Amino acid sequence: MHERRLGTWLFALGILLFPLIVHSNYLLSILIMIGFYSLVCNGLTMLMGYAGQISLGHAAFYGIGAYTTAYLSATHGWSPWLSIIAGAVISAFIAFIVGIPTFKLKGHYLALATLGFGVIVYTCFKEFTSITGGMNGFFGIPSIKLFAWEFSNDARFYYLIWTVVLLSLLFSQNIIHSRVGRALRSIEGSEAASDAVGIDIMRYKLQVFVYSAICASIAGSLYAHYVTFINPQAFDAMLSIYFLIMVITGGASSIWGAVIGSSVFVLLSELLKEVVPLVFSNAGGEFEIVFFGVLLVVMLIYMPNGLTAAWKKITGKWRTSTTLSPAAKGGGGR
Amino acid sequence: MKRNGQVLLTVEHITKQFGGVVAVNDVSFDVNKGEILAVIGPNGAGKTTLFNIVTGILAPSSGTVRFNGTDITGKKPYQIAQLGMTRTFQNLEVFTNMSVIENVMTGAHRNMKTSFLQAGLRVPSVKKEEKAVEEKAMRCLEKVGIAHLAYERAETLPYGNQRLLEIARAIAAEPALILLDEPMAGLNDEESRWLVEVILQLRKEGLTFVFVEHDMETVMAISDHIVVLDNGVKIGEGTPEEIYRNKAVVAAYLGEEETVC
Repeated sequence: MHERRLGTWLFALGILLFPLIVHSNYLLSILIMIGFYSLVCNGLTMLMGYAGQISLGHAAFYGIGAYTTAYLSATHGWSPWLSIIAGAVISAFIAFIVGIPTFKLKGHYLALATLGFGVIVYTCFKEFTSITGGMNGFFGIPSIKLFAWEFSNDARFYYLIWTVVLLSLLFSQNIIHSRVGRALRSIEGSEAASDAVGIDIMRYKLQVFVYSAICASIAGSLYAHYVTFINPQAFDAMLSIYFLIMVITGGASSIWGAVIGSSVFVLLSELLKEVVPLVFSNAGGEFEIVFFGVLLVVMLIYMPNGLTAAWKKITGKWRTSTTLSPAAKGGGGR
Repeated sequence: MKRNGQVLLTVEHITKQFGGVVAVNDVSFDVNKGEILAVIGPNGAGKTTLFNIVTGILAPSSGTVRFNGTDITGKKPYQIAQLGMTRTFQNLEVFTNMSVIENVMTGAHRNMKTSFLQAGLRVPSVKKEEKAVEEKAMRCLEKVGIAHLAYERAETLPYGNQRLLEIARAIAAEPALILLDEPMAGLNDEESRWLVEVILQLRKEGLTFVFVEHDMETVMAISDHIVVLDNGVKIGEGTPEEIYRNKAVVAAYLGEEETVC
């Protein structure tokens, strides 16, 4: 068995056992939040870490997923499963249309264009009040049912979100170790050389962008069904930046970076909520922004490849994201 | 012209202007199958521009390029590569974020089929294809003599081996034609000799090469045919012997070069 599969199965086992060992709804709710963000960051890691394309607009897809499923399931009585899929299809379509002009841009320009896209979508959430409820928010989103089983409490929802996260991690892992994954990574490595071996760069950029949009959309949809109330402020540009911080913190060149980055982010922000009021009695949420801003800068300076890469460096296991290790190959060519 | 053989690449009346500057002026030549053709000329002669036109990075102002019977003028670089023309780079464009063998496996992209969805779901055909391409990549690495480095990170390779890696990556695409952009640049004598050997061996296996090169010794030693550019104009072409005897060429290029050496 491949080493990478073993890691995944161990991780799955840990996820499975956690609620049986730890009986705390508070911890479960934190892990559920980590699950939403892990799903988004999984797609973003593929886009940013592997294909090397930045996006500062993924809160938009998170929001499109949330509002689509809210509108279709609450207002039109669709089954949440169908409305989640509808959200993913709409997000994929929008990502495709937006991606065609956007991915002609690179670097800072791409960052600004995706940021702009996020701001536009945020404004739509605010202004299309007949669908979204505007700043008053959208109430009464039904919870998800599987036959008679309702994902209404934290323990059940925990298993739902982490099943989706695991499936998406497996999907991404499969992508990475294939023709498609190499094509994506080649774009980050050298676009000139990708071109020279016949890789249609635009096509792969679009594919991975659409994939990351679908991940974000499904995460947003599940979030909506979890909290049952959404409001545009949950999907503003700040969230896109937080996604970026999570991906960078975790390390964009490993699929586990998505989970690690999301965990670090959620745990730190919970910790801040506890600690900051002790120091500054009348402090608001802005301290969080300052703290994560500083964290991003520090990460970029001292650990530009994120925690996973730093960890691999410490343990001396640094190698490319491949599992093609000589040991696993029985010495072919050695 | 007394060359015989099947024409693989035809450059026809290619002109490229940048504003008022004519970088390449009405250049035509043929490349035959199984041939090693060198494009030489002093700095600024238009070699790189011509190279970029053939590979699709630049569109010519006028003229056509035909490859394997297809008009490739104005096609995008990846489309031209998909037709079976790959290249190496003077300033090395190795995928530093991959292992050596993954670099070569990426080279085989055009002959593989796995789509995004198939890859994500890991359908059985993907596994088979991966295995086949890994074996193929290993054979390519063996041909250039760096198979023992297959699982190293590409960026840890010394310069000369990175050049060999680029060639392995280029042949993994099973191309009909490989373009080498100054392949000897930065190599020491021993590395150059090995590279020449590799190129000659690959030619024996049916590959065709076009290369741009400054190192006259290599050019004269391995080329079947030489095209000489000066100021964007083709001032001569022929076998190495013919080029030696060509007064215009010697005046424009070789004479100059020899005083330098």
